[in-house]
Amino acid sequence: MSAVWIPLANIFGILIAAVLLAALLTWGERRLLGFWQDRPGPNRVGPFGLLQVVADMIKLFFKEDFVPRFADIPVFVLAPTVVMATMLLGFAVIPVAPQIGVIDLNVGLLFFLAMSSIAVYSVMLGGYASNNKYALLGGLRAGAQTVSYEVFMGLSLMGVVMMSGSFNLREIVQAQTEGWFIIPQFVGFLVFFIAGIAESHRLPFDLPEAEHELTAGFHTEYSGMKFGMFFVGEYLSVILISSLITTLFLGGWLGPWLPPVVWFCLKTSFLVMLFILMRAALPRPRYDQLMQFGWKVMLPLALANLLLTGGILLWNQ
Amino acid sequence: MLASQLRSMWLVFRHLFTRNATVQYPDEKPYLAPRYRGRIVLTRDPDGDERCVACNLCAVACPPDCISLQKTEDEDGRWRPAYFRINFSRCIMCGLCEDACPTYAIQLTPDFEMCEYDRQNMVYEKEDLLISGPGKYHDYSFYRVAGKAIDGKDKGQAQKEAPPIDVKSLNL
Repeated sequence: MSAVWIPLANIFGILIAAVLLAALLTWGERRLLGFWQDRPGPNRVGPFGLLQVVADMIKLFFKEDFVPRFADIPVFVLAPTVVMATMLLGFAVIPVAPQIGVIDLNVGLLFFLAMSSIAVYSVMLGGYASNNKYALLGGLRAGAQTVSYEVFMGLSLMGVVMMSGSFNLREIVQAQTEGWFIIPQFVGFLVFFIAGIAESHRLPFDLPEAEHELTAGFHTEYSGMKFGMFFVGEYLSVILISSLITTLFLGGWLGPWLPPVVWFCLKTSFLVMLFILMRAALPRPRYDQLMQFGWKVMLPLALANLLLTGGILLWNQ
Repeated sequence: MLASQLRSMWLVFRHLFTRNATVQYPDEKPYLAPRYRGRIVLTRDPDGDERCVACNLCAVACPPDCISLQKTEDEDGRWRPAYFRINFSRCIMCGLCEDACPTYAIQLTPDFEMCEYDRQNMVYEKEDLLISGPGKYHDYSFYRVAGKAIDGKDKGQAQKEAPPIDVKSLNL
């Protein structure tokens, strides 16, 4: 009996926790941004403004679900679901604690990379199907940004894979009992962090939706819950990238005294806070600067890191 | 480049520990200085008489033309407005009427909470504007210092006023 119930509890627990946390993050982000701008942020609805999420949900559900006549309707409707679905699927491979996690996949890391790549279709197709020049430009930027950042996103992780000798996220965590990979793989951590920001289209790399250039970028034509899904997808990807960085570089659930789940959540929420801090502090670069930075700085860095890690590992053999 | 990004992130992070600048208005009222420019009132002199002499200077000074009044004269020689009307849905609280007023009659107060469901209710008549006190200037009374003759005070009897000169006595 427990052979059925424990996986089921894991699946639904992680699913519900991920969606709830992503929804809560809309409130958390606005609250933190508020504090960093010397104002309280949303604090009126419920204790500490926590029910703001509910208020926003009600608003989004009751808004007119507008589909423009000139849009490519099937694609337009389906596009927002892709990002949410793939990001939720990505959570399947995250090992939260020794007993908690949906699947123990031996290509877990590749699965994550695949899912995060598919998520980009959402943005691109959404931009294309809207049949609107701003949306199209946003979609184009998302495509180009993904092509250039996906390359070294994968490469930056190969150092970790080489050191742990596995694509399995659980084994990668266990390989960090001696020391977290952030120390030997600091360059890899930096490159992956930056690529992760670009991957989740967060500021300072949110060029696909750059408000003051493209009105709202790829989701210009979206409203109601379709827009909400893009948004929840974005917050899901922030949490997903943060939990993946925790797993790969910060030792996952490892840590003294506290239970493993607590350690995992602490590290992940620290990273999420860092994501929000970057949004609060950094301006958005120009598009060509972003591209140049990707190809001329990050890619060589990732390659050099790969080469060095491989060399040192061979030397030590 | 990276150093400056990290520095600005640190500087922003430090704001987590600074006080909020927000005044959470309906719960927490901000301090308004006594000379704050809010709702307009008509004041009375220390004897309790209306200060306004219906000179129309406020109506002339008013940029959005929201003040309208009509002069009458009492039997005792005092001037006063027959009606005095301010349309607060037009008023921009600039305070030019207060500056223009020669008798300190029209004054702005630190009150801005004048919400109405009906636009017509934003038009205040003289009864709505008049207050019982002298406002910001406690001792000033126009008819006590001005040369205008009224019942019980002839020319030359005002404060610091010399008696009128008989022009014919000046033929030196």
